[in-house]
Amino acid sequence: MSEEKEMITGMEAPMYLTYNFTAGGATTRFLAELRNGKLVGQECPKCQHVYIPPRGSCAACGVPTVREVELTNKATVQSFTIVYIPIPNNPIKPPYVIANLMADGAHQSFLHLISDVDNADVRIGMRVEAIWKAEEEWTHAMENIQYFRPLDEPDMPIDEIGRLKNA
Amino acid sequence: MSDNNKAGVLAAVVGVGQTKYQTKRGDVSIAGMVREAAVNALADAELTWDDIDAVVIGKAPDMFEGIVMPELYLADALGCNGKPMMRVHTAGSVGGSTAIVAATHVESGVYDRVLTVSFEKQSESNAMWALSNPQPFSPHLNAGAGGYFAPIIREYIRRSGAPLDVGIRVATKDRIHGSKNPLAHLQLPDITEEQVAESPMLWDPLRFLEACPSSDGACAMVIVNEELADKATKQPAWIRGTAMRSEPTMYAGREEVNPQAGRDCAADVYKQAGITNPREQIDCAEIYVPFSWYEPMWLENLGFAEEGEGWKLTMEGVTSLHEGGDTPWNPSGGVLSSNPIGASGMIRFAEAAQQVRGECGDHQVPNAKTAMGHAYGGGAQFYAMWIVSSEKPE
Ligand SMILES: [Zn+2]
Repeated sequence: MSEEKEMITGMEAPMYLTYNFTAGGATTRFLAELRNGKLVGQECPKCQHVYIPPRGSCAACGVPTVREVELTNKATVQSFTIVYIPIPNNPIKPPYVIANLMADGAHQSFLHLISDVDNADVRIGMRVEAIWKAEEEWTHAMENIQYFRPLDEPDMPIDEIGRLKNA
Repeated sequence: MSDNNKAGVLAAVVGVGQTKYQTKRGDVSIAGMVREAAVNALADAELTWDDIDAVVIGKAPDMFEGIVMPELYLADALGCNGKPMMRVHTAGSVGGSTAIVAATHVESGVYDRVLTVSFEKQSESNAMWALSNPQPFSPHLNAGAGGYFAPIIREYIRRSGAPLDVGIRVATKDRIHGSKNPLAHLQLPDITEEQVAESPMLWDPLRFLEACPSSDGACAMVIVNEELADKATKQPAWIRGTAMRSEPTMYAGREEVNPQAGRDCAADVYKQAGITNPREQIDCAEIYVPFSWYEPMWLENLGFAEEGEGWKLTMEGVTSLHEGGDTPWNPSGGVLSSNPIGASGMIRFAEAAQQVRGECGDHQVPNAKTAMGHAYGGGAQFYAMWIVSSEKPE
């Protein structure tokens, strides 16, 4: 068939999306304190677990978390991975460590970077502390914390990570 | 929660249609691709478009191709003019939950013959990007799905004390299975454990060859009621039980390695199907394993092994078809061999049906009478499962 047309297998159709996030009451309080250089969680009145970042309710109990709890800069590595995969335009150069971190006094881990350490030395139970950016760079973002780095403290026993004291 | 022994009407799969899974289907549009699977399923069922009462379609997030609500434009390709059509979305488990919605359409007695289709055309955009969107309240770490699941896998390894080569073994086994399935995306008949071990690390402890590929493809099924299934020329796959469960992505004390929703979903579907010992009573299973280590983790979550013991079944070859294991998992090659995300769950359900229909050719499990299809999605928070059998329930 001399009439045969070349198949069109791709036409670029870029999409741009700007999303205006409405934080709501609970996340507003969290983000406002983050801008002041503080990590503030919220406690469930029913199960006493402390959430960070708080979303205004306990997803396990389905009740509002009203009481706020100021946390320190210390946390424990609950688990982690070393990211090697190259993602286009990623400002973080692989290999880098991202960890599920349990802030002291909190019971829900969050993801953040671990740095200032040999990747091979990162382990579950390792104690770390938040390194904040310079104060003039603080905004309403967890990126106010640049990364977490190891603390010179003994590891936390694994079955105590994120557990209530008297549970 | 109400007891799920519900269905007034029996339902069965009487037609399955799939496309060849590959990196890019440059020869067809999305509409052409879903229609290809649907036409294959109708031909297998020996039915025509006019016979179909309703269509249920599923796919993963719209961000994956960048087409918002693709079902709107697929209505004509799927012959829905004047017919009910609905779209299902439950992240990676969507192919499974779509099949279940179609099954319950029939079991309710409202529809006699339902066509169900799931698809993903990953080549049209970038799923890795779509899964790494910035969130205002958490740092932007650019880690994709592997960055979420790798720490959970690391915790499984720590708890179970499993040797580090279990994932390598699963990755090799599923690719050898896939090489017996002409529709599988990856065709690696000569793959070795050394090759998997030497492939680049992506998200420690997950290597390149321990992760699923990115595929284009669609899968379809025709599900009919008892009366019509009895008249089918080919062996029907009788649906013995269906179950779905969900749980929030994050809450204090959530069991991420062995999620409660998965255990509850399995208990529900086993109860409906009369299964008390899955390892003994299920002849083969198509389980959603996008990263190698999820095989031992789901062996435990689904009750095929005690907690902490799943990896032993993998290492003993229990889940291997070519090694003659008694409970082959993913004889089609599984998600590790083909991953058109929105279709991947339905492929599990459809391949389970094909096994009990005896339609699997070179990857057929001998004498498979009862099979399980499984899918999970989101932050391992949505589950969909079914049990199908060559024998009609009492
Ligand atoms: Zn609570």
